[in-house]
Amino acid sequence: MLKQISALAAFGLAFLSSSLAFADDVKIGNLTISAPYVRAMVPGAPVGGGYMTITNTGGTDDRLVAASSPRATTVQIHEMKMDKEVMIMRELAGGLPIPAGQTVELKPGGYHVMFMKVAEPFVQGQTVRATLKFEKAGSIDVDFPVGSIAANKETSHVK
Amino acid sequence: MSNRRRFVATAVALTLVAGAGAIGYATFLMVPEVQATGGLGTAFTLTDDRGAPITEKALSGHPSLVYFGYTHCPDVCPTTLYDMAGWFKTLGPQADGLKAYFFTVDPERDTPEIMHSYTGNFTDRITGITGDPTEMQKAIKGWRIYAKKVPSPDGGYTMDHTASVLLVDAGGNLRGTIAYQENNDVALQKIRNLLQQD
Repeated sequence: MLKQISALAAFGLAFLSSSLAFADDVKIGNLTISAPYVRAMVPGAPVGGGYMTITNTGGTDDRLVAASSPRATTVQIHEMKMDKEVMIMRELAGGLPIPAGQTVELKPGGYHVMFMKVAEPFVQGQTVRATLKFEKAGSIDVDFPVGSIAANKETSHVK
Repeated sequence: MSNRRRFVATAVALTLVAGAGAIGYATFLMVPEVQATGGLGTAFTLTDDRGAPITEKALSGHPSLVYFGYTHCPDVCPTTLYDMAGWFKTLGPQADGLKAYFFTVDPERDTPEIMHSYTGNFTDRITGITGDPTEMQKAIKGWRIYAKKVPSPDGGYTMDHTASVLLVDAGGNLRGTIAYQENNDVALQKIRNLLQQD
């Protein structure tokens, strides 16, 4: 079953990846950060969501504890989830755990880094640099290409 | 990926989509009976995204899509407005009589100017609505929307809120809802059903 899930995830990822040109994987210590992207921001909206996949190939748990970017006054690590019909969004005060040997996906509808008080909206085609700070692996700069306003939606229907 | 795995992956994906569609459709069929008698909606006097007064009368005489969200919302709100724009595009002239309203659950920050530039980025078919917070509370409660301000450690706040799109008929009655990230074909069928009722 696990194989089927991973196959499904890979299938989904391959399908979704086709819409955005992703940068090469970024490695720091035992962590690999792949497919980072942010969504283009709607004029009038001062916040933008950033997404990526983080894999911990090591034997020790790690944790994404902070993020910052020259493009935003603050960057927070958020969890979004649905409680029946209600959208709930929370800052993960203790950061986002990246358990040993596991892959954590930051994606629309789930975990994301939230760029707040962004002075110049992200425009599709740009690249937004952010520094991610991990509890064990340390800090690293990651370039997030800017996709469309609804980049990598699971339900792609507007061609 | 081997062919067998690809087959399994595709089958799983298709099953999930079909299942979600079936559940969504079943939900739609049930909703009108449950909620049509509920007397949803209420009188309100608010401001549209061009700064003009708008009242509950804007919701009668034609079918409407009604959504409550806010602009400091990185995910569900832009996705939903993007979806709405897509529905208008797909339905074309079929949706000429359909209107769409984006009520902000954060009227303190969302001025008419902000609402105008926000909605205008998706389509000119969506009217943004903001105004006096007390009046907005009436609309929020009247449509049984959940909206809660949640302070964040930096002194700001986020809003938890109902993420479904309400399908409102020409009489101003709730006919059903479209869930966040509902299957697109199911969503379109729900809107077509709404249009046929009027």
